[in-house]
Amino acid sequence: MDYVIEMLGITKSFPGILANDNITLQLKKGEIHALLGENGAGKSTLMSVLFGLYKPELGIIKKSGVEVIIKNPNDANELGIGMVHQHFKLVHNFTVLQNIILGVETTVRGFLEMEAARKKVIALSEQYGLKVDPDALVENITVGMQQRVEILKMLYRDNEILIFDEPTAVLTPQEIEDLMAIMRDLTKEGKSILFITHKLNEIKAVADRCTVLRKGKCIGTINVQDTTKEEMSEMMVGRRIDLTLDKGEANAGEPVLEVRNLVTASREHGRKPLKDISFTVRRGEIVCIAGIDGNGQSELAYAVTGLMQIDGGQVLINGQDVSKKSIRARNLSGLAHIPEDRHKHGLILDYTLEDNLILKQYFNPEYQKHGLRLLPKIHSYAEGLIERFDIRSGQGAITLTRSMSGGNQQKAIVAREIDYNPDILIAVQPTRGLDVGAIEYIHKQLIAQRNSGKAILLISLELDEVMNISDRILVIYEGSIVGEFNPKDITVQELGLYMAGSKAREVNHG
Amino acid sequence: MDKLRRILRSTGFVNASSSVLAILVGLVFGFVIMLISNPAQAIQGFGIILKGGFSGGARGIGQTLYYAIPIIMTGLSVGFAFKTGLFNIGASGQFTVGAFTAIFIGIKLNSLPAPLHWIIALLGAMLAGGLWALIPGLFKAYLNVNEVISSIMMNYIGLFAVNYAIKHPALKTAPTIFDTTMNLTSNTAPTSILPKSFLSYLFPGSTVNIGIIIAILIAVFMYFVLNKTTFGYELKACGYNKHASQYAGISEKRSIVLSMVIAGALSGLGGGLVYLSGPNGRRYKVLDLLLADGFAGIPVALLGLNNPLGIIFAGIFIAFITIGGEYLQSLDFVVEIIDIITAAIIFFSAFALVFRGFIQKMLKAEELAVSLDDNHSSLRRQNSGKETGGEK
Repeated sequence: MDYVIEMLGITKSFPGILANDNITLQLKKGEIHALLGENGAGKSTLMSVLFGLYKPELGIIKKSGVEVIIKNPNDANELGIGMVHQHFKLVHNFTVLQNIILGVETTVRGFLEMEAARKKVIALSEQYGLKVDPDALVENITVGMQQRVEILKMLYRDNEILIFDEPTAVLTPQEIEDLMAIMRDLTKEGKSILFITHKLNEIKAVADRCTVLRKGKCIGTINVQDTTKEEMSEMMVGRRIDLTLDKGEANAGEPVLEVRNLVTASREHGRKPLKDISFTVRRGEIVCIAGIDGNGQSELAYAVTGLMQIDGGQVLINGQDVSKKSIRARNLSGLAHIPEDRHKHGLILDYTLEDNLILKQYFNPEYQKHGLRLLPKIHSYAEGLIERFDIRSGQGAITLTRSMSGGNQQKAIVAREIDYNPDILIAVQPTRGLDVGAIEYIHKQLIAQRNSGKAILLISLELDEVMNISDRILVIYEGSIVGEFNPKDITVQELGLYMAGSKAREVNHG
Repeated sequence: MDKLRRILRSTGFVNASSSVLAILVGLVFGFVIMLISNPAQAIQGFGIILKGGFSGGARGIGQTLYYAIPIIMTGLSVGFAFKTGLFNIGASGQFTVGAFTAIFIGIKLNSLPAPLHWIIALLGAMLAGGLWALIPGLFKAYLNVNEVISSIMMNYIGLFAVNYAIKHPALKTAPTIFDTTMNLTSNTAPTSILPKSFLSYLFPGSTVNIGIIIAILIAVFMYFVLNKTTFGYELKACGYNKHASQYAGISEKRSIVLSMVIAGALSGLGGGLVYLSGPNGRRYKVLDLLLADGFAGIPVALLGLNNPLGIIFAGIFIAFITIGGEYLQSLDFVVEIIDIITAAIIFFSAFALVFRGFIQKMLKAEELAVSLDDNHSSLRRQNSGKETGGEK
């Protein structure tokens, strides 16, 4: 068989867990091979073994049928293995060209020789349809462009085996399509691709074969064409997953959150100004703000929750104007917020899980007396939440939050915000970076909240999520609301046109 | 065995052992310097340093504790600010204004009765130190001025303002503050001197007084505030992640200002405790030189890993080494070399954090080896029972 890379019977353990248990992965020449698994299934460990970052206890690696030993990333590079990391490794104030040649510069008598490199980069970008300006500064180009630079870096080093680690997490729907096309072109030129992901649609769209990992074990390798998405998700999670949600009709009641003619200026660098935004969220409905990243979604969430000052208009919670109120006052009047960036806003990573779960309530008389924290009560409250919301961690309530997995960190935030019994829950990209099981869980929680009469404002970049769980969709473009729809009356394609700004229509205020 | 392993892995043990390791490396380094500068007497000299405060008997131990008072207080000041995300490099200035206020009250308000007099003097010192730190705190909170820069500036303003005030003609009226012939401040009134209480029986002949008890009580109190109160919870939250604190509705500005003021009050109190120790205690010398006590607080805080209880021990240790260095003058060591040796030991002691990372890494490696042993048999069993998958 013409396998370019074979990882046979790889076993790698860490204290307390068997991260990879006898995993076999075989990559054919010229194929796109997906590696599917939930967070913590062992995908990263397996790739780290391939890169020589970890030494497996058992198992061997073969390159084109010959056994090789990879001791460090340089060995991997020499074997032609390259990787686009989930978080790009680029120097921001260098140009595209400088970034590409970094580490493999050609020099003449100690001076950089850029011309030959430039020619090679231009030739490569034409050959593979990777359009980039070699002289642009990396900090000035879009995330999609930065990813192309990462791909060019691998091609410049003549890598034959390309690994993409969750490459679509940061891209817009259009950029994702471009990337898929690029990946297909690369395989036509004889490159082989390992595609790490947990998004089934993308696997269906580009991959030839797929290896599924679950809890460190290899569940099997399948032909993507012969397998349905449902089957794949079942292999990944180990149980049947409802990809479609049955949520019933919305039963909208009185308004809870009203935003009237909200205006913000862009005082800070990189902030989108908001232009005259008005909408209402009622009890018992999920209103979704859809849009391409960077069109003012974060600013809208900040303005409503009080993390950012507003320059005009009003924000009302339960009929009360809170636009000038502090964050604490807004929280107390019934606002909960699942923030976009769970590490920046959502959690204090150096605090224990229980200290994070109490973050919005530590000052309540129930948990403090004359300024003294009632630690046993806080502890038992945290234990209760951990059990009810199934938050998993190494040492329970006293685990340092930093050491928890992303999915469980997010569960902790969701638990904290929901349990605090808000009237309006603002959830900003609540499922970002999570696996199917955790996404299903969070969606069910949001719907349960809706059904219990809470108002929910969901800000999401994932069109599937928008279509599946919202009762009303508002499209945001360049800081304005450009359309309001019922998810039943609009297709994803049409929604995409509004999101890209090529269509707009009068919004029915309120 | 399991119990031992759990103890070895507890954070308390890791923290303590990393501080001890840091001290050992510092001592070795100090010994190397002694070998270079004076090989013949190096071993004898090293013995003197190791004996440190003990070589003077009970009086020596008392002196060690007296030396420890100011650096425990400035260590607490720096460590508390660190815990709340601020770097208080202005401890020296806060210490100086605290000292001046205590001396001023100790000399000028001499009509007050005994306990009241020194209590008011100490409160004055705290207040002055707190006010001195309030300014960088306000600048940081409302104008986003880096507290490092503004508090360094406040150090110089504090030093020169105090020197100016001490010599000012308005304070020349009796009882005078400035002893012109000695270039020192005058002795404070007997009512303002901290009592020695039972310590005079324990450490006869030494200067130590209840100042050390006050310092230790304050450290325990700070530990309590940081770990058991909502106030400490808020301050630490701001220190760890100001964005998340803001998100949770904690006022970051209030936290910054309050933690600077508290840090300043701790340093100021340190100044008061040292200069209210009677004729055998320290007296303020009018020099154009920042007081070292403020800066010594930084290694004390680092060696104590910013834990108020750790800082008590760190302060006593560094006082112990400093006194050992002073006894070194009985041999042929140049004074400057002695300073270098003690500084080197203190310097390495401040690396406790680095050593903590190192010890944690080692424990992890050992843990890995153990768990591999545990898993090995089970791994084999699983492997023998299964064919390699995916070979279809």
